[in-house]
Amino acid sequence: MSTAVVENQKQIALELRNITKTFGRVVANKNVDLTVYRGEILAILGENGCGKTTLMNMISGIYYPDEGQIFVDGEEVVIRSPKDAFAHRIGMVHQHFKLVDVFNATENIVLGVKDGQKTSMAEAQKKVEALIDRYGFQLDFKKNIHEMSVSEKQTVEIVKVLYRSADILILDEPTAVLTPQETEKLFTVLRRMRDDGKSIIIITHKLHEVLALTDRVTVLRRGEHIATVNTAETDENQLTEMMVGKKISLNIERLEPENPRDRLIVSHISCTDREGIKLLDDVSFTARSGEILGIAGIAGSGQRELLESIAGLQNLDCGEITYFDPKTEKAVELRSKTPLQIRDLGVRLSFVPEDRLGMGLVGDMDIIDNMMLRSYRRGHSMFVDRKKPRDLAEEIIQSLEIATPSATTPVRRLSGGNVQKVLLGREIASSPTVLMAAYPVRGLDINSSYAIYHLLNAQKKSGAAVIFVGEDLDVLMALCDRIMVIASGRIAGIVDGKTADKREIGLLMTKSATADKIQKSANNGKETVSS
Amino acid sequence: MTLLLTFLTSTIRLGITLLLGSTGEIITEKSGHLNLGIPGIMCVGAACGCLGESLYTSSLDSYDQMSPLPAVIIPILCSLLGSALMGLIYSFLTVTLRANQNVTGLALTTFGVGVTNYIISQLEFVSFQRGSRFFTAALPFADKLGWFGQLFLSYGFLVYLSLAIAIVASIVLTKTRLGLHLRSVGENPATADAMGINVTLYRYAATCVGSAIAGLGGLFFVMDYLGGNWEYCIDAMGWLSIALVIFAVWKPHVSILGSFLFGGLYIAYNYIGGVTFAQKELLKMLPYVVTILVLIVTSIRNKRENQPPAGLGLNYYREER
Repeated sequence: MSTAVVENQKQIALELRNITKTFGRVVANKNVDLTVYRGEILAILGENGCGKTTLMNMISGIYYPDEGQIFVDGEEVVIRSPKDAFAHRIGMVHQHFKLVDVFNATENIVLGVKDGQKTSMAEAQKKVEALIDRYGFQLDFKKNIHEMSVSEKQTVEIVKVLYRSADILILDEPTAVLTPQETEKLFTVLRRMRDDGKSIIIITHKLHEVLALTDRVTVLRRGEHIATVNTAETDENQLTEMMVGKKISLNIERLEPENPRDRLIVSHISCTDREGIKLLDDVSFTARSGEILGIAGIAGSGQRELLESIAGLQNLDCGEITYFDPKTEKAVELRSKTPLQIRDLGVRLSFVPEDRLGMGLVGDMDIIDNMMLRSYRRGHSMFVDRKKPRDLAEEIIQSLEIATPSATTPVRRLSGGNVQKVLLGREIASSPTVLMAAYPVRGLDINSSYAIYHLLNAQKKSGAAVIFVGEDLDVLMALCDRIMVIASGRIAGIVDGKTADKREIGLLMTKSATADKIQKSANNGKETVSS
Repeated sequence: MTLLLTFLTSTIRLGITLLLGSTGEIITEKSGHLNLGIPGIMCVGAACGCLGESLYTSSLDSYDQMSPLPAVIIPILCSLLGSALMGLIYSFLTVTLRANQNVTGLALTTFGVGVTNYIISQLEFVSFQRGSRFFTAALPFADKLGWFGQLFLSYGFLVYLSLAIAIVASIVLTKTRLGLHLRSVGENPATADAMGINVTLYRYAATCVGSAIAGLGGLFFVMDYLGGNWEYCIDAMGWLSIALVIFAVWKPHVSILGSFLFGGLYIAYNYIGGVTFAQKELLKMLPYVVTILVLIVTSIRNKRENQPPAGLGLNYYREER
């Protein structure tokens, strides 16, 4: 039915022509064309870092395109700020909500609206209530934001956009934080808005949602427009293939694991966040020495929590993490131990966190001082020993070819690749038996990336168990011996790096607990109708 | 009875000093600026007011020629101007030059006290001693109404004006769109910015207006509470005002009651017989003890509405969005 509506009207609401956007040397979007009709729901589908959000940010005024044109209702427009976007009736609901915690819903909704005629709060309230009734939202607008659930906050964001009379709504991964029931409610509201003539664009990487909700799908890959298809005429397999693309062979060396031994056994660990949402759900796996274990998954599926659990930074609800000493083969339990206790047990665990300058290094300190973060407890005098860290810093600068004026330059001033080399260099210097690296090549250029791959391979060769969290499937498939796919805090599967199929991994990544549940509720619905 | 009445009237007059200081600081803090320069600003407000009075009297042939209106208006305008300028310096340093707010505030306090001492050393004390009577002039029928008149009507006009300022500030902050925008700037400047609110303008304006109000508190302290006699303790009133902001959990109408409580506690030693010097200093600490108690209670209850503005003390740069 919905496709019929689109074909009958076919009135173009928004059109992008030849949009290109680069950040430094990174091309985020390249010659992207996009058309959005009135009264349709369009999905922008793609992997992490394919340029979905960047593209939408250019429509909503956060970024300005380097090249290309934007047309609203057939007229070319210039959008330089969110205000401009609102003037053209375009509104975006970001993944990170922009709300004031101690204000109630109405106060947040009217914030900054300049309507000339000075609507009073009571009138504004009525207008908000009318919107809520019209689209069937469920919202207690007297409640303050900090008392609301994530889903309610999202509702406030959507109403906020509607209050500014937006006709084109962009939602950035709206279901990432919702329960299946909340997702269903959201979809109902979105369908109602579509039937009311609004154009809705949702950014997502969840295939089942695309199929359940949208009228058309635009697939992006590596910043380029791959295809736009009618949802009714496609299926999961076709979409996955367009999303991940054909296998690209990279010239990354993969050594045969030498004498692999079980180094770390993680069994049945689970953890929940403060709101009671499961971050890790019954995760079990084994990391072996002399092997690189890759972890693939959509960002935020529990990768961070998994590594932090092993490093002793995350409280677990249940499960065990067992470490086997390479010399004595003695088992050591790591769960509920602090990083310091783990180190005191003689476990040589190195962790290269995702947030380099937040968790890994102190940006305002120089390379030497950052080396000392690992060794400050050594020595017996009350004065710190700066000799050894200085030698280590010089050695790392030499061997990893770090481009820096000197060892006393604050690491904040170095480029991303060099910052990463400092961090990896420090972690490797303690000759770890387990090395965990989260997105170590994020934001790095090709040469730096290859330098990092070589470092990881060197560690593998010297017998460390390497755990590598990555986002580029091609790299994972070229570098890792085994690839573990994590989806919504669960292990979706473990595949062999040599024989892995890209589409298979892609399907595993998008297979989530939510999908199963939605599928079930959809089936239940059908049964009741047929009976 | 008379002793109690004297105590209560003194309490209210000292309280008004603190009320002006804390109302100014609340307006400033609601914009996200933790202005620790308030003690210095209150000193500067007092000194500039005295300077204004001095300039006015020096234009006259004798003190007897002083007429009420200019003797009141000129010091007040000078006080507002001088303290607003201090607020402008603070905003320029923290918003435009992105200096650390705590450091800037403390620097302004030491600077303000220094400038004040210099200004006062150049002035004839007689001028503001003579000018004081225009500030303290009460309604003519106040003393005919017995204890009621003395307790409620015996004050100079600034007392009633200050109460009005606090009430208006409370209404503006909670009921108007201007207040909503100001609070959003202090709570979450990035969101306010995204909603098209001019964060820089709001922070500059709130800081200057807040400083001017606090500075007026300094002038009130000298001209009304001290009766035109200069004392080098105005900065202590500034620190009490900042403590009062915390006590009042950032609400100007709570600050009205709080200011009287603080005022009473601060001067209670005068009215309790036989206190030694050491005991007197202990009693003067009571307002701070009460503030700590309030901090403990609000922290335990942990109600989000009673917390300081979320963006307090943090400078906002759009590029770091």
